Amino acid sequence: MVLKAFFPTCCASADSGLLVGRWVPEQNSAVVLAVVHFPFIPIQVKELLAQVQKVSQVHVAVLGTWCHRQQEPKESLGHFLEGLGAIFSHDPWLQLCRERGTRFWSCKAYHQVSTTPDKSIEDQVMLIFYDQRKVLLSWLHPPTVLPDCQAGDTTASAGGLADIFDTVARSEVLFQNNQFDEGPVRLSHWQSEGVEASILVELTKQASGPVCLLLASLLSLLSAVSACRLWKLWPLSFIRRKLSTCEQLQHRLKHLSLIFSTQKAQSPTQLMKKANMLVSVLIDVALGLLLLSWLHNNNRIGQLANALVPVADVSGFGLCHISASTCQVCLSPGAGVGSFQLPELWEYGERVAEELQHLLQWLMGAPAGLKMNRALDQVLGRFFLYHIHLWISYIHLMSPFIEHILWHVGLSACLGMTVALSILSDIIALLTFHIYCFYVYGARLYCLKIYGLSSLWRLFRGKKWNVLRQRVDSCSYDLDQLFIGTLLFTILVFLLPTTALYYLVFTLLRLLVVTVQGMIHLLVDLINSLPLYSLGLRLCRPYRLAAGVKFRVLEQEAGRPLRLLMQINPLPYNRVVHTYRLPSCGCHPKHSWGSLCRKLFFGELIYPWRQREDKQD
Amino acid sequence: MEDERSFLDICGGPLTLRRRYYSSYCREFGLSSARLSLRSVTAVTCTVWLVAYGLFTLFENSMILSSAIFITILGLLGYLHFVKIDQETLLIIDSLGIQMTSSYASGKESTTFIEMDKVKDVIVNEAIYMQKVIYYLCILLKDPVKPHEISQVVPVFQSTKPRLDCLIEVYRSCQEILARQKATSASP
Repeated sequence: MVLKAFFPTCCASADSGLLVGRWVPEQNSAVVLAVVHFPFIPIQVKELLAQVQKVSQVHVAVLGTWCHRQQEPKESLGHFLEGLGAIFSHDPWLQLCRERGTRFWSCKAYHQVSTTPDKSIEDQVMLIFYDQRKVLLSWLHPPTVLPDCQAGDTTASAGGLADIFDTVARSEVLFQNNQFDEGPVRLSHWQSEGVEASILVELTKQASGPVCLLLASLLSLLSAVSACRLWKLWPLSFIRRKLSTCEQLQHRLKHLSLIFSTQKAQSPTQLMKKANMLVSVLIDVALGLLLLSWLHNNNRIGQLANALVPVADVSGFGLCHISASTCQVCLSPGAGVGSFQLPELWEYGERVAEELQHLLQWLMGAPAGLKMNRALDQVLGRFFLYHIHLWISYIHLMSPFIEHILWHVGLSACLGMTVALSILSDIIALLTFHIYCFYVYGARLYCLKIYGLSSLWRLFRGKKWNVLRQRVDSCSYDLDQLFIGTLLFTILVFLLPTTALYYLVFTLLRLLVVTVQGMIHLLVDLINSLPLYSLGLRLCRPYRLAAGVKFRVLEQEAGRPLRLLMQINPLPYNRVVHTYRLPSCGCHPKHSWGSLCRKLFFGELIYPWRQREDKQD
Repeated sequence: MEDERSFLDICGGPLTLRRRYYSSYCREFGLSSARLSLRSVTAVTCTVWLVAYGLFTLFENSMILSSAIFITILGLLGYLHFVKIDQETLLIIDSLGIQMTSSYASGKESTTFIEMDKVKDVIVNEAIYMQKVIYYLCILLKDPVKPHEISQVVPVFQSTKPRLDCLIEVYRSCQEILARQKATSASP
């Protein structure tokens, strides 16, 4: 195998000296970590290496000599270096030399053959340059994670390159000595000009201790309050389960308590998770404050209140119209700025309830040319119209308070955009409650009809459903039973189109509302789970997240050893999102399309977010 | 040592194979396909703009024209940056690994490096592609848990798709290096 020498680019212009690093026998490669300059005392060099070895668990040794002939005027140093092989014995012994007058390097590696200790064979050497700082700071992400591989097994089973990265990362203690230290040994590495640090980072580290303690205690208090027994009582627990706002608030509370926990992050993954959560919360709050400032600008809250009041139209409910107009006048006294927009919003508010009533009138007539059963039609139509009337009266009672409610709810946007969106979703659910009721009525009626029909159809054919055996068995019926059964069957069959049509219309409306709510939840999920810190890191410091390495062959001369430049191949964006995405609420509907269609056909009720009750951690 | 030869791809388009022998254990093969022709760009742009102008005369909305311009520009940029591969390179280094690079027309390069420990063999495999039987070069990867089994097949030169004569050249060179690698790893 060709011998590979990994040489840091920062040492390429260093003075002559000894090469210090780690030898990896399995891959026949030598990782050079630093260069020790003259003058040095061999005992002190050995002591330093033993110290570094003890602290970092990396087997650091003297690998060979480095000769920078372009800087050294004397030729005698070369011979001196060759003699050092006897003092620091290492097999193989490297000799790297940068010649004068050429850009090319010469590398020789001498193996001590065990049979004849005086002779040494020369080996082919390949020189690979690497940027020490980038390799030190980067985290290597293996391409695939095997399902049967243990989590803590990474160092042992890691591939060749992961070993190199590991070696450099764990030898950080070697890089603490720099040229301004008064130590006995003078080293050259990436930090030899001075240890890299930032004042802001240090100050944050000092300040984070007490701040974390304070916030952690506050958050634990909040969590204790939210987990107390009062919330388990029936009305509160029911409301809590149904409202997505409470869910979102709890989720954010969990995030915040994780960020400000007093435990330090154990692994880079946990650190990234914390950082992602922090950035996510900050962006959320920033977006929320933006939304808040936009809402309170130009009296938008007043306009929103007007849009939400579904005022009846003049023909049926003129009284409501007049009272609503007086409400509107006293709600927005200073609406001069947006006054040109008010008539359009007024009409929009009117139209919502009007459309629903028109729809019902249409259904009660001859919708799409279909002939409905007059009596059933009238009954159902009147029932639903009365329901709408009740709903409008209720909304009317609420209309003076809507603006104040909206104003206070708008304040909650400072907790975050996700909370505001969850509240919007809950408001939509509350306002379209009548559609939900209609859907339930229609679905139940239709469901009953379908079950009745299937049971009577079985009777018509002389069969029966055996509950014990869960199958269809033949059965002999009496003449009376058959007669009444067939009669009922005929009645149900002829009433089927009417019921089916009502069911279809209200199911479509309900699905529309569910779709809108679903989109809002998707957006909330996106804001919750997108790892913005990792994406930012990938954008600005791509070497920190490494998928692998790439090599570039440098200028080559025949007879000279091959020189390669090793660069870090950054992780692609889709893998960054996939690896670092935060766990979200997980409110995805678990129905497949087939089961959804089946439920719709049989009239079973659809609960898109029922799965919230079985949360996974 | 460098040399260039021209070959054909499976659709009959011209390809250029550039071989570089850096040393006895390091070789590079670059396959370049034909560049984007001005004729096709002009044809597509003219079609899109004619359609947009037709829609404009129908609907009298100037947004259609500006959106057609945006679509053309963005489409061209997207095509150059994400779709059109100009050159594919295979760099094989004994005892280090195999590196595959694709250079896009906009200058973007996407690289994959496979370590030599994971490489089981390099073979020429045949596949049925629509009505044709084509040959492609691929790298077989070892399964880390069971070393005698193949865990993955990585095809090389996927977008340039050279024919068998070109593949044989590359295959022979790769096998020389792999044989050398196996000989040196077998002996202690």
